[in-house]
Amino acid sequence: MIPELGHFAIILALLVAVVQGVLPLLGAHRNDSAWIGLARPAAQAQWLLLLIAFGCLTYAFIANDFSVQYVAEHSNSQLPTVYRIAAVWGGHEGSLLLWVLLLASWTLAVSLLSRALPEVMVARVIGVLGLVSCGMLLFILLTSSPFERLLDIPQDGRDLNPLLQDPGLVIHPPMLYMGYVGFSVAFAFAIAALLSGSLDATWARWSRPWTLAAWIFLTLGIGLGSWWAYYELGWGGWWFWDPVENASFMPWLFGTALIHSLAVTEKRGAFKNWTVLLAIGAFSLSLLGTFLVRSGVLTSVHAFATDPRRGIFILTFLVLVIGSSLLLFAWRAPKVGLGGRFALMSRETLLLMNNVLLVVACGSVLLGTLYPLIIDALGLGKISVGPPYFQAVFVPLMIPLLFLIAVGPTARWKQASVGDMTVRLRIAFAIALAAGIGLPFILGSWTPLVGLGVLLAIWICVSAIVQIRERFQKSGNPPPAFWGMQLAHLGIAVFVIGVTLVKGYETEKDVRMAPDDTVEVGGYTIRLLGVKDAMGPNYRASVGDLELSKDGKLLRTLHPEKRAYFSSAMPMTEAAIDTGFTRDVYVSLGEPVGVEDGSGAWSVRVHHKPFVDWIWGGCLLMALGGLVAASDRRYRLQSRFSAGIPSALKGATS
Amino acid sequence: MKRFLIPLGLFFVLVGFLAWGLKPGYDPREIPSPLVGKPAPLFELPQLMQPEKKFSPADMKGKVWLLNVWASWCVSCRAEHPLLVSFAQQGNLPIVGLSYKEVRGGDNFKVPEIETAQSKAAELALGLQRAETWLRQHGNPYTLSVMDIDGRVGIDYGVYGVPETFLIDKNGVIRFKQSGPVTREVFDEKILPKVKELEKS
Repeated sequence: MIPELGHFAIILALLVAVVQGVLPLLGAHRNDSAWIGLARPAAQAQWLLLLIAFGCLTYAFIANDFSVQYVAEHSNSQLPTVYRIAAVWGGHEGSLLLWVLLLASWTLAVSLLSRALPEVMVARVIGVLGLVSCGMLLFILLTSSPFERLLDIPQDGRDLNPLLQDPGLVIHPPMLYMGYVGFSVAFAFAIAALLSGSLDATWARWSRPWTLAAWIFLTLGIGLGSWWAYYELGWGGWWFWDPVENASFMPWLFGTALIHSLAVTEKRGAFKNWTVLLAIGAFSLSLLGTFLVRSGVLTSVHAFATDPRRGIFILTFLVLVIGSSLLLFAWRAPKVGLGGRFALMSRETLLLMNNVLLVVACGSVLLGTLYPLIIDALGLGKISVGPPYFQAVFVPLMIPLLFLIAVGPTARWKQASVGDMTVRLRIAFAIALAAGIGLPFILGSWTPLVGLGVLLAIWICVSAIVQIRERFQKSGNPPPAFWGMQLAHLGIAVFVIGVTLVKGYETEKDVRMAPDDTVEVGGYTIRLLGVKDAMGPNYRASVGDLELSKDGKLLRTLHPEKRAYFSSAMPMTEAAIDTGFTRDVYVSLGEPVGVEDGSGAWSVRVHHKPFVDWIWGGCLLMALGGLVAASDRRYRLQSRFSAGIPSALKGATS
Repeated sequence: MKRFLIPLGLFFVLVGFLAWGLKPGYDPREIPSPLVGKPAPLFELPQLMQPEKKFSPADMKGKVWLLNVWASWCVSCRAEHPLLVSFAQQGNLPIVGLSYKEVRGGDNFKVPEIETAQSKAAELALGLQRAETWLRQHGNPYTLSVMDIDGRVGIDYGVYGVPETFLIDKNGVIRFKQSGPVTREVFDEKILPKVKELEKS
């Protein structure tokens, strides 16, 4: 009964979405206030219905209702309750339901937080979001309902993939989806602005907090996913350039470009067409990611079970949404003015370079991701594209970008003087240069890449200090937007330090260890005491007992595990990590290799990873920076600045 | 106006490639074997049930047949096996089993640094015993089986993941190769149509 209610709620939500997607848009076109007024209640009703559907599915999981096919395939009566809830989005159908619920939640947020916006604009934005929702709900109902029943009710469920039975994976997908789906709001604002024909500074200011919010979630989601891969997959890597990872990274790159471009459009009224295109692009890439993960056209380690029918549906949906948006863009964009003029050397130019670099980087990731498919389609053979391509192409694009992070904010709008900026930043650059030359020697040995990484990170940090000092001298306490920017840029610097130092100085050893054997890594000694058997709720484990010590002093014990889940043939590795501010010691168990000789020996992999946690620390700082920037009062005082004030008058505030 | 259509144009190129990827039967994991269209490498190996007799692909001249590479330590082989057994019962096509590295491919076996005739014989005996036990337990779909105890023949056939299945025509030319377990779909959509075509010629 409950699953049928859930299914029914989705059908009702689709009907409401049709109303929400059609009438407010028509109303805005014909200036019919009754139809315009439908937008908010429809959005709220749709959210409530999808919440009910989601609740029904969650209930089916908690109650172990294995008559529901999706539950039978992704849960098990021995699965702990928290993972039963996480299993709701552990497969294709449920994760789609989460997708539409989050879309409805963003729409709800728009409907509640847009009192200051003109009603026509709100109606258009909510209408566009309703149309997107229509497509996804149809997709669920026609190809991927999570509420299908089974005639043969199995005794027990097949269990959630053991890789997903992890606290990190409980929150990673919702975060990531919040980011993906959140770009739909910036997209809807862009489409609404194109429809109304007024692409102006007000539109940019309305879009900014929403774009920032989506970007924060996406940043956290990607960071969490990378952290999870690091501690869960057992080989100590944190990014693999897998198509599914790239699918989340591409919207992030576009979203980052969009945040910067929106700033120019708001402050200077320039880049309008470009900004609209980025807003369409960021959401299009999110949809493309959905397609890549669920259609089976690419090989990936963590794609969903695929079905060509679903692929055809999403591709059609992609063509309708993205195709019509780009057509609308091609029709409206020629009439949009150019906005404020600027000189060759100005903050506008530097931000344009930022945008070009980010978009080209995104293009290179897209090309690498799709290259196997393209080559195969052209009949040129079968190839796979791995990390060497991405490192060779992506890193050189990031170097000028990192260099510009420190320069951009010091440039004036409209016209900047190179000589003036050189004077202001020359000491900062000298410090960075000294650090790039000297610091690697202190940490170990000097290599060009480590030197360059350190130089760029320190360059960003010292330049931030210069900017903050100048800012205080000029105008007192700067607004949150300024602090947000500095925090996010600092996050990039921290991230770069993490990547550079872990790449430059990490060491790893694969050894055969019998009890009482020791292995040295990065100045630490690890002694194997033994491996014991233990039972978990739905798995059997071999738990290693190892001692970590340095200079003869015992630091702690480590307990890596090798788990055999009852439901899966694949053994799982649970690494044991001693996390530190400047390094991780990472131990994972391989295979028992001493069975025949009775020595009880295991193959053990140990890593010493300097500064690896700075990678995720950097992501956190970036997200925090986004949060601070989004909290700027400006965005909440929108009603006072109505659309009439020319944007140029409000320039030079940050 | 024209330059504003560029994004739309690029998008449609992308859609073209994605749509191509959705065509029925497309599998990005499929790796074509360079051996397809080439004569099956020759070998001569002792038969599993009658080790005194030898088998060579030349013996199958004039027949369309399957060569299935398997091992008792291979987990996916177990998944594939019932399908082979039920297929063999229909009796349309001879299946020759190639037991691949039966002993050294599994766990817990170290190849001695200096191989002697004695160590080889011991390995072969252990392999024969394991393979026979496995076929007794899971059913024997094979017209006959041969032992590739040291994996030399596997090298000639480019075996990189067991199970692998080769379809060989009347002239001894490899016509199709499946890496990994053969599924019902692969049988119905790829192997059987090819067999029909080859038997006519």
